[in-house]
Amino acid sequence: MTGAPLLEIAVVLLGLTVLLVEAFATTIDKRSLAIASIVGLAAVLVATFFLPSPPPAEATGFWSFYTADSLAIFFKRFALVTTILVLIMMIDYAPIVRQTIHGATHQAGLGEFFAIPLFTCAGLMWMASAVDFVMIFVSLEVVTMSFYVLVAFTRRNPASLEAGVKYLILSALSTGFLVYGITWIFGVTGETNLARITAALSAANVERMPALFGMALVLVALGFKIAAVPFQIWVPDVYQGAPTPVTAYLSVGSKAAGFVVLLRVLEPFFILPEMQKLLVVVAALTLIYGNVAALPQTNLKRLLAYSSIAHAGYLLVGVVSLAGSAVGFYLVSYLLMTMLSFAVLIIVSAQTGDRIEDFNGLSSRAPFLSFAMLIAMASLAGIPFTAGFLGKFFIFDAAIRQHQTMLVVVGVITVACGFYYYLKVVRAMYWEPAATTGAVPVSQFSRVTIGALIAAIIFLGVYPQPVLNALRSQPVTASATR
Amino acid sequence: MILLFIVFCPLLAALVILLGAPARTTAMAAAALTLLASVAAFIGFDGADKGFSYVTSLPISAEWRLNFTLGVDGLSLIMVLLTAIVTLAAVWFADPTRGHPEPAKTARDLTHGESRTATTGTINSEGARSFGALRQPQDDTLGTRGFYACLLFIAAGALGAFASIDMFFFYAFHELALIPTFLLIGIWGSGNRYTAAWKITIYLATGSFILLLGLIMLYRSVPEAARSFDMRVLQAAASAGQISAEAQRPIYLLLLIGFGILISLFPFHTWAPEAYASAPAPAAMLHAGVLKKFGLYGLLRIAVPMLPEGARHWAWLLIILLLGNIIYVGLVTIAQKRLDWMLGYSSVMHMGYIFLGIASGNVLGINGAAILIFAHGLSIALLFAIAGEVRNRTGSLLLEDLGGLGKVMPLAGLAFGLGAFASIGLPGFANFSAEAMVFFGAFRSGFDMNGFHIFQVATVLALWGVVISAVYMLRAYRATFMGTMPDRWAGLPDIGGKLRVPIVLLVAALLWIGFFPQTFVRVLTPTFQSYFTAK
Repeated sequence: MTGAPLLEIAVVLLGLTVLLVEAFATTIDKRSLAIASIVGLAAVLVATFFLPSPPPAEATGFWSFYTADSLAIFFKRFALVTTILVLIMMIDYAPIVRQTIHGATHQAGLGEFFAIPLFTCAGLMWMASAVDFVMIFVSLEVVTMSFYVLVAFTRRNPASLEAGVKYLILSALSTGFLVYGITWIFGVTGETNLARITAALSAANVERMPALFGMALVLVALGFKIAAVPFQIWVPDVYQGAPTPVTAYLSVGSKAAGFVVLLRVLEPFFILPEMQKLLVVVAALTLIYGNVAALPQTNLKRLLAYSSIAHAGYLLVGVVSLAGSAVGFYLVSYLLMTMLSFAVLIIVSAQTGDRIEDFNGLSSRAPFLSFAMLIAMASLAGIPFTAGFLGKFFIFDAAIRQHQTMLVVVGVITVACGFYYYLKVVRAMYWEPAATTGAVPVSQFSRVTIGALIAAIIFLGVYPQPVLNALRSQPVTASATR
Repeated sequence: MILLFIVFCPLLAALVILLGAPARTTAMAAAALTLLASVAAFIGFDGADKGFSYVTSLPISAEWRLNFTLGVDGLSLIMVLLTAIVTLAAVWFADPTRGHPEPAKTARDLTHGESRTATTGTINSEGARSFGALRQPQDDTLGTRGFYACLLFIAAGALGAFASIDMFFFYAFHELALIPTFLLIGIWGSGNRYTAAWKITIYLATGSFILLLGLIMLYRSVPEAARSFDMRVLQAAASAGQISAEAQRPIYLLLLIGFGILISLFPFHTWAPEAYASAPAPAAMLHAGVLKKFGLYGLLRIAVPMLPEGARHWAWLLIILLLGNIIYVGLVTIAQKRLDWMLGYSSVMHMGYIFLGIASGNVLGINGAAILIFAHGLSIALLFAIAGEVRNRTGSLLLEDLGGLGKVMPLAGLAFGLGAFASIGLPGFANFSAEAMVFFGAFRSGFDMNGFHIFQVATVLALWGVVISAVYMLRAYRATFMGTMPDRWAGLPDIGGKLRVPIVLLVAALLWIGFFPQTFVRVLTPTFQSYFTAK
């Protein structure tokens, strides 16, 4: 087992090293730990491009629960990039963490704050590779456990604690559903490996109803992860209460991992037509709920929470339409634009706050930041020449190809809603007078990151081919073309 | 290559302005260069050539058969020319120091009603002593730069859409104008500008996504082998009958609604008058003059040639809606009490004639529609420009506040009069030759529903629209420039100096096509003939 599995091991080792250094080197500036983590992850990211080719499809031994296909490698990179961006945001967020943690030194708690995302990242990378229900469960728990800590990290902030408790309880509940669902599926097929489950389900004498029931339970758990209606209740409160970089991590990393697993898990079950009908309903409800509930929001973090539900809806349309590469591209665009908006949000809210009205007149105080936010919102709304538009374009194309008329109609209506609430932020920045004056300080590091994100959004909006190439020749697309 | 220059010159200029180049100078230079290049392209264009000229292509995605392809035939060349002329005029008339130079100051309390009257009241009462000082060398604040950059983005979007052969970029370029319009109206608008900005943005975004569905369905409706975003390939597939009649009907309906919302087809027109009334004059010029024509161009370029069966199937619906534009909106226009609202509604109403030409389904009518697009774009731009100048001086566009302005602003009166006459369709202006072609073409259309010649009835009714537009235009003209002048307008300065140049430019183009429509017919006919002979 050389190659891909070493990536996760490297990330875990990196995390342990950071923790140890944090424990024993008390005098250093803890932010250097974040820099070290970023450099380490970047090295792993580079390493993903030099992997030996995965073993043949013969799934035995280690490779029966771990895969290194192009989808897995793609989402490993995705997790790495997300974590790097989150760490960059965490550096900007460090002062707020200091305020909300008791400790002997003024840097107390920062080390863990920078170390835990590394373990989350390892979990996300394992999830991308998991092709066995046991592996899926374990890696999912690695991710969830680390999020328990991160969500409640600023523990003097009651909102953060509340968010932590909500996340803990509901997440534990959904885990219960997942395990129970796996039990049912195992009971019917006698397998936990997804490929063998596919084979077992296509046998003539299989009992479909129990398998379907088990799958529905698994869907509950995954629905929780990706914030699909009706399992979205936790999202607004947790997103608003959690430290902002963690919110960004939740909304991108956790969601993306949920979708990878969903794509893998659903593949055996799409031979059952009931599954697709169920998912169509879930997708439509998610689209409607996310977009409509976002309309009246006045807090930007909460708005982004509802917007993340809405985007889960578009992604589900892609899943229903069996368009793996469309989902993959959408996730990439979602990563870029969500990270960009959170990066700006962290910098601005450090000075004023995270309500939309705190952005009033930002264009005159910080032209660069407001332009970045403008691009992020335009991309989230789906304006051409941004990655967000192409994401929607591919999703709608897939839905039309599959004749999902209802979803397409709902999609167009909700896109119009989206324009309203995303442009509310633009309105605040450009139309409204500034409540305070004075420039917003932006560190050079953040400025470069934000600039890179803007460039990436526009580049992928014009030239999507690199991502499409990386997503090609994967199992889900193969099934889409059949 | 010349098309790359035409599209990217305004785009790059906008970026350079945002990065700190002198705003007005750069914008003027870019607009002038674009116009020169467009004229050069027009002169160099070989009218007898049926295909596209000046084609440049960059591959984007092989698996989607998506290329960034620019190229023009007669139809798109006319649209590019229109855009270039109106852009130069709009930039020339641009004056971001008016209106809300600091978007910040006036915010909430002025959301409703006559915010402009309130803020510019000082200018009215003190006459125009400070007027000359305000006009020319403008301070290069961030706001000013944003204004010019937004204008150039809109222009670049329109130019890109008209010059794209590839359906994807044709669509994408048009959307480039969405956010700049939102900002222009929201920041520099007047009146009920917040509502207007929201309305136009949501309407256009919805329309665009409906349109996008139609375009994707069109892309999917051709067989795998011919599937492409390239309009030439799609056109060839359509001519070969590869798009089934069953597929055409829903696609045509989607395109009609999607484009219709963008064109302000009745009953999706309500965003237009409000937005144009609130927008700063240059934005209204660009939007009413050029951007709205994107939808008409799209119908001419995609719906008519590729979906003939869809067009036949929905002709009755289009007829009813376009009569709504001409008769109903025409009557609404007569009832307007403000000059800017009147112009906004009139621009909606005139879309009806263009629809009639498009629906007529013969070369004559469609030629007329294409030329009318050009003529209407110029005349409405001229009218909005003059109305904007009047508003800058008086602070009000209520017809009852105005009157006799011809005494103090003779040149403005003359220019508005010429625009109004053109808009009514007086012989000698491009609008006349175009409308004549549209009416003859529509009357001659052989389409009948069970022996009932619906187009002839529609043409007869539509002709009354000419009377209606004469009523409202002449009334507005009288109320603004004739009659007794209230004393407070006594000191107003006329439009003078360099602003004569864009007026002359617009009027000259109108007159040229009015007397020599053959200039355009020559380049248009090959394109349109290929639509109807290929089948």
